[in-house]
Amino acid sequence: MATPPTPRPTDSGDPQPVLEAQGIRKQFPGVLALDGVALRLFPGEVHALMGENGAGKSTLIKVLTGVHPADGGTILVDGRPHVFADPLQAQQAGVSTVYQEVNLCPNISVAENVLIGREPRRFGLIHWSAMRQRAAELLTELDLGLDVTSLLGSHSLAVQQLVAIVRAVDVSAKVLVLDEPTSSLDREEVAQLFTLVRRLRDRGVAILFVTHFLDQVFDLCDRVTILRNGRLEGEYPIGELTPVTLVQRMIGGELATLDQLSVRAHEEAAQRATSEPFLQARRLTRTGSVEPYDLDIHAGEVIGLAGLLGSGRTEVARLLFGADSADAGEVSIEGRKVLLRTPRHAIARGIAFCSENRKSEGLVGELTVRENIVLALQAARGWTRPLSRTKQDELARHWIQALDIRPGDPEAQVRHLSGGNQQKVLLARWLLTAPRLLILDEPTRGIDIGAKAEIQKLVARLAGEGTAVLFISAELEEVLRLSHRIAVLRDHRMVATLTNDDTVTPERLLTTIATGADS
Amino acid sequence: MSTGTASAAAGLTRPFATVSPRTRTRIPLIVTAVLLLVMFGVGSVRYEGFLSAQVVLNLLIDNGFLLVVAVGATFVILTGGIDLSVGSMVALSTTLTAWLVESHGWPLAAVIPLVLLVGAASGTLMGWIIHTFEIQPFIVTLAGMFLARGLCYTISTESITISDPTTAGIAQTRLYGPGGLFVSIPVVIALAVLVTAFVVLHHTRFGRNVYALGGNESSARLMGLPVGSTKIAVYAVSGLCSALGGVLLTFYMLSGYALHAMGMELDAIAATVIGGTLLTGGSGFVLGTALGVLVLGMIQTVVNFQGTLSSWWTRIVIGALLLVFIVLQRLMSGRRPAAD
Repeated sequence: MATPPTPRPTDSGDPQPVLEAQGIRKQFPGVLALDGVALRLFPGEVHALMGENGAGKSTLIKVLTGVHPADGGTILVDGRPHVFADPLQAQQAGVSTVYQEVNLCPNISVAENVLIGREPRRFGLIHWSAMRQRAAELLTELDLGLDVTSLLGSHSLAVQQLVAIVRAVDVSAKVLVLDEPTSSLDREEVAQLFTLVRRLRDRGVAILFVTHFLDQVFDLCDRVTILRNGRLEGEYPIGELTPVTLVQRMIGGELATLDQLSVRAHEEAAQRATSEPFLQARRLTRTGSVEPYDLDIHAGEVIGLAGLLGSGRTEVARLLFGADSADAGEVSIEGRKVLLRTPRHAIARGIAFCSENRKSEGLVGELTVRENIVLALQAARGWTRPLSRTKQDELARHWIQALDIRPGDPEAQVRHLSGGNQQKVLLARWLLTAPRLLILDEPTRGIDIGAKAEIQKLVARLAGEGTAVLFISAELEEVLRLSHRIAVLRDHRMVATLTNDDTVTPERLLTTIATGADS
Repeated sequence: MSTGTASAAAGLTRPFATVSPRTRTRIPLIVTAVLLLVMFGVGSVRYEGFLSAQVVLNLLIDNGFLLVVAVGATFVILTGGIDLSVGSMVALSTTLTAWLVESHGWPLAAVIPLVLLVGAASGTLMGWIIHTFEIQPFIVTLAGMFLARGLCYTISTESITISDPTTAGIAQTRLYGPGGLFVSIPVVIALAVLVTAFVVLHHTRFGRNVYALGGNESSARLMGLPVGSTKIAVYAVSGLCSALGGVLLTFYMLSGYALHAMGMELDAIAATVIGGTLLTGGSGFVLGTALGVLVLGMIQTVVNFQGTLSSWWTRIVIGALLLVFIVLQRLMSGRRPAAD
């Protein structure tokens, strides 16, 4: 690991940490999110905060930045205790945050977003030309050439994120918290962000970096603090960790390795090809969305959908679920022609769809875990036949246990759960309806490696029990590991369907995605 | 990621995708200005005596109070809120003014500050409730609307006509300009309010916070902006403006009555929307609101000049226009990318 030019902190605590949190405790209704967590940040370091989903990373950040008040513990900035009632107070003490979702206003200019609240003024009025000049200077300092008068909303998410960092650093140059800044950026944009972060580190800013990407931690960070189940697991210099030991410390105990799918997978698949498929799509199409495609899905089979973001993976699935209606082509289920005009039709025929937007299209954050889990089953039964409360409790408890949803409280509100656990709640909802075909759209996106492995195992198990699965993922390794067959999409066209045997490698898959031809 | 469907629907939902976002926010404003000119042009051709500067000034004379009320409404709508109480506040102000001046003989110089204070205070109270208890502004100001209208009747169920010479004197004063053109004192006040509002919205921190709050409230909070006080302040501004609008209406009508300004909150909202302010907040111009008020006044004028139409046609045209502008807004903003 590259050593920054600034003096390295040592365990004796010299030099003094710029930010130190001790014994932080935070209680949410039904959840003890943080229990005695400590964190030290030194000037001129990039410090990774790691942990599984639900380990308390987000909560810790929100406590450190004044979004949530802590229920216990102390926060010291430059050795002096502080209590932050709101983000403004944290900023005034020198702690600024850039959140995962860009928290700026798209409707005002770049210059205003950088400086709002601190606008230069003259005679009590905003001094616009001074403001534009100041914003341009700040952006240029960090090698960002932008028209500061343009509306923020007209720029890409990556640029908005960089603007957010410029703002945060200008507000207070002591501590910068970056909460999953890279999750929606592409490789080049990540490199640009890292350059910016390194430059800030060299200026003596302490940076707390939260991410799911292990390689980014080893690439960028100097020290790591690991949380597990709301507790402090430990603080390590990055040199003492390997990716494997890091993951082990995050999930505790042995790394839950995924049982490889049986080597007979492709033989089984070949066998199935002769039997009648559960679902058969022929020349199914929707103008402007996806070109005509054929797809057979057998019971007990996992079909992977591979392709770049926006290649039409989701659109293929939406047609099968009736979320979009097809312009032409036909679908048969168990040999009988069916019309899938709305999701209700699809659900009635045993098709379930876990959307990639778990927040906007799936879960109802204000409802409890129990209510979210029984939602689809209740809908399938119709509102005239309500599920009894006892039955609901029983179902919720069963699935919380089966999928290891944490916290295990059926009455906890879903919005308090971490991303991975929310995903499991969504899965439980659909599994409850005992679907014949389960469509999973990016079920492992944005969740940590432990939960990922669990969800992959679950998919394999479901297939083993005879459920057909359509598995959409941007991660090729995952698609390769799980799928019996892989359909490759490119520019809204299904370009190939590969039987997943030893000849299918990530390279071959990539070539197919990139060129549209199977090599 | 429904890129496919989005691009398929792009032709319908984002016809202005190639226009820069900043220009796009100005399109409704331009459309309104053009509409105003077209209406004036058509009126001038069709009706005798329509083509005169005094007709334009009369628009201001007849709608000065609405302009003031709509300016207040613009502040609220820019934050993404709504204030339904303004019409009732106007009525309450007229009743209170007339009652104190006529029945109690208070001097106007004491009554006006008091009325303005009442308006600002009630706006502050509603804003405080909205912010503190996180209640929909629609509901809180609906309650305010009933409350203020009801209070009018406790003062008087009858119309109170003002015979006080000072008030009548001010109301009837004409300020002459070149060419025999004239305006009333309320017009000057309304224009002063408009200019002040423009300066506040575009050149003060409070004004920019209003826009930021309308753009994204949680972002504004995380950026450390004073979200709570800004929110309360816009309702205070709206309350103050509606009280002032009420005072101006008192001059215009020379009476105070509980049935004055029925539905004026909707006129104010309509003027704001037609003037190009997004109901979702964060985008719009107070000068657009002035154009919106002029459009409403112009419709009324055209209907009057036509002579054969019932005055309800004004409402019908405003309704149709509002519909068009709301659809236009939708097209303008397009579909926002789903926030994940």
